[in-house]
Amino acid sequence: MIDSMLSGSLNRALGSRLVNALTAPHGVDRFLEPFNPMWSVDKIRARIESITRPTADSVSLRMRPNRHWKGFLAGQYVRVQVEIGGVRRSRCYSLSDAQAAHDGLIEITVKAQDEGLVSAYLNRNARVGMVIGLSQAEGEFVLPQAVSAPLMLIAGGSGITPIMAMLRTLARGGHAGVLSLLYYVRNAADTIFADELIELFGAQPEWKLRVIRTRESGGSRFGRAHLDGLVQDLAAAEIYVCGPAALIDAVSALCAELGCESRLRLERFTATSTSAPADPDTISGELRFVRSERYAANDGRSLLDQAEAAGLRPESGCRMGICHSCTCRKTSGVVRDLRSGRLSSSGEEDIQICVSAAVGDVTLDI
Amino acid sequence: MARSKSLSTPRNPSSKLPGKAAASVSSNPMIAALSASQIEAFGRELDALRERVLADLGERDAAYIRRIVKLQRSLEIAGRGLLQFGFLPPAWLGGVAALATSKILDNMEIGHNVMHGQYDWMQDPALNSKNFDWDTACPGDQWRHSHNVMHHTYTNVLGVDRDVGYGLLRMDEKQPWRPQYLANPLMAFGLAALFQYGVALHDVEFDRVIAGKRSWRDAKPVLQGVWKKVRRQWLKDYALFPLLAGPFAGFTLAGNASANLIRNFWSFTIIFCGHFPADVQTFDKSELANETRGHWYLRQLLGSANIEGGKLFHVMSGNLSFQIEHHLFPDLPGHRYAEIASEVREICGRYGLPYNTGSLARQFGSVLRRIAELALPPRSAMLPVAA
Repeated sequence: MIDSMLSGSLNRALGSRLVNALTAPHGVDRFLEPFNPMWSVDKIRARIESITRPTADSVSLRMRPNRHWKGFLAGQYVRVQVEIGGVRRSRCYSLSDAQAAHDGLIEITVKAQDEGLVSAYLNRNARVGMVIGLSQAEGEFVLPQAVSAPLMLIAGGSGITPIMAMLRTLARGGHAGVLSLLYYVRNAADTIFADELIELFGAQPEWKLRVIRTRESGGSRFGRAHLDGLVQDLAAAEIYVCGPAALIDAVSALCAELGCESRLRLERFTATSTSAPADPDTISGELRFVRSERYAANDGRSLLDQAEAAGLRPESGCRMGICHSCTCRKTSGVVRDLRSGRLSSSGEEDIQICVSAAVGDVTLDI
Repeated sequence: MARSKSLSTPRNPSSKLPGKAAASVSSNPMIAALSASQIEAFGRELDALRERVLADLGERDAAYIRRIVKLQRSLEIAGRGLLQFGFLPPAWLGGVAALATSKILDNMEIGHNVMHGQYDWMQDPALNSKNFDWDTACPGDQWRHSHNVMHHTYTNVLGVDRDVGYGLLRMDEKQPWRPQYLANPLMAFGLAALFQYGVALHDVEFDRVIAGKRSWRDAKPVLQGVWKKVRRQWLKDYALFPLLAGPFAGFTLAGNASANLIRNFWSFTIIFCGHFPADVQTFDKSELANETRGHWYLRQLLGSANIEGGKLFHVMSGNLSFQIEHHLFPDLPGHRYAEIASEVREICGRYGLPYNTGSLARQFGSVLRRIAELALPPRSAMLPVAA
């Protein structure tokens, strides 16, 4: 109570026009961050308080967020920012603990993905005391306000994390309704939360758990038969699925067949990559200028030239890559630096459009 | 924001990208002495050097700039804190020293370099060239145009690069002499003392407005942007912090003004040493036609001069003491210039190109001599004189 009053008046003082004028042109945060990364007028930062390893290639980070964190609903995710090699990277991770954890901490569980820069980094380098940036919780993959219908939860691999938050929240709230979890893992060693799941489900007579080990003998991918004995009538259940695209597609197809798509909620963990990486030696793909809602077929020239050809007037200057006037946000796609031929990463980043050409589809915030 | 274009046609980037040869035709003897293929090879060597540094950017660079930012913020807090007790002479002197150093670091090693995009690769909004603004009268967005675009693209091209004389001074003998230039030394002193306002008004292009080459309608929004920024600076330095000191407001105000003045003289000195010591070349507009990347590198080299000094000196000059390296690679982090300077010098040597460097005393002495000499009408009738 006193704490929140103090925090409220601190917020008001730091956010006041006077403090703003005194710290112009940088702003208050720029005077706080260098001394303690947790201090900020409005940015959410969290300090890692403890680290556990549910499996050999995953890590659970329990973190204490600063006073800007507004809480979350089980099933939601946060965008996590970490700095790797001096470069700020941002990825989404589901919160895996119950909505109202007893110690006020929040938890994410990160499985190291092949070629996953941030997930590998967090698995290797996360340390107690490390401070990371967070967004507020986001996402619609949440439980209904009041759970009445049976719940059918389906998880694949690290797709268990938002579902774990739901299970922990329901268990803590004493939910005793009918609930089933169908959980796909590669093998026994790959089963995140194995022990805790057995304990949770053992304590609830109406909860049923089935773990399918797809890479062990007798294992297979999702099929209708896997639901037998878990749910009486799928069309009457609230269905949640989270995991790889193939699993989500298969469950969606089944729901479409049964006509219960409206009761299906899904969370995709890997971006749906509709197009394979383009061949850097050919000119292909489409340019999407999202803010102005224009599209153009890539003709291989610089993105600036093509944006101008599409009737846009992005800011530009030297047109040779030295002044950075034309720097803008690329939200997806790979670009080639026209000076060095170097290819960019496919993620979101700032690029200089006067010296960048698209390699396949590219989306720009212009 | 409305911008007037000094050159009507945008330059074609492809003509400057490596791989396209062009004949070496230049009115500059240093450039004319090299063949087109030599110029291209020179450009390729510099490109390779740039790529090598880019590939190596990482934690070390991030840690460096954050350390400088932390030092600057600490100095600013200390300086402004001490100046609240400006009635005590040691506090006043210490406060002025800390605040002046803070402003110099903020403007040069942080602001100038961050706004060049030297740290854009970090993807940190606090160190992003587009968002950054600095503790001077000049609004960041205008600076990015007048400096990054006009000065760095068209370095030392007379009539285009407005850093040649700031529309006030005669800094090159090819600028026709006029009686007003008798005041060259006086004007230079005034510009140095008020340097932040000189820089701020750079993009308004007053001289061109007065000469009727630029309309008031184009200049007005730019001027409004300057006024908005100046007001905020004045509010902070000359009203709020002094008022917080209550009865000692006068000491605080004088301290803040002194810190601004010290910063102004210092940045003027460093910046004028970068392009105006003897033997630094200027260029005609004709130089820009069909300029290749190698050619552009050459112009940057010939139009810049370094200042020698110790590590602290380089930090306090924002590494603009490595003006040559900065002009060749304006978006490489400044603290890297010292590491590549010997290699740049070696490359220049192999192509028989000069590498202009000297002590601060030598370079600034040379600038002052030039300011004084060019105040007087040319002695030779061969040189242009305004009708």
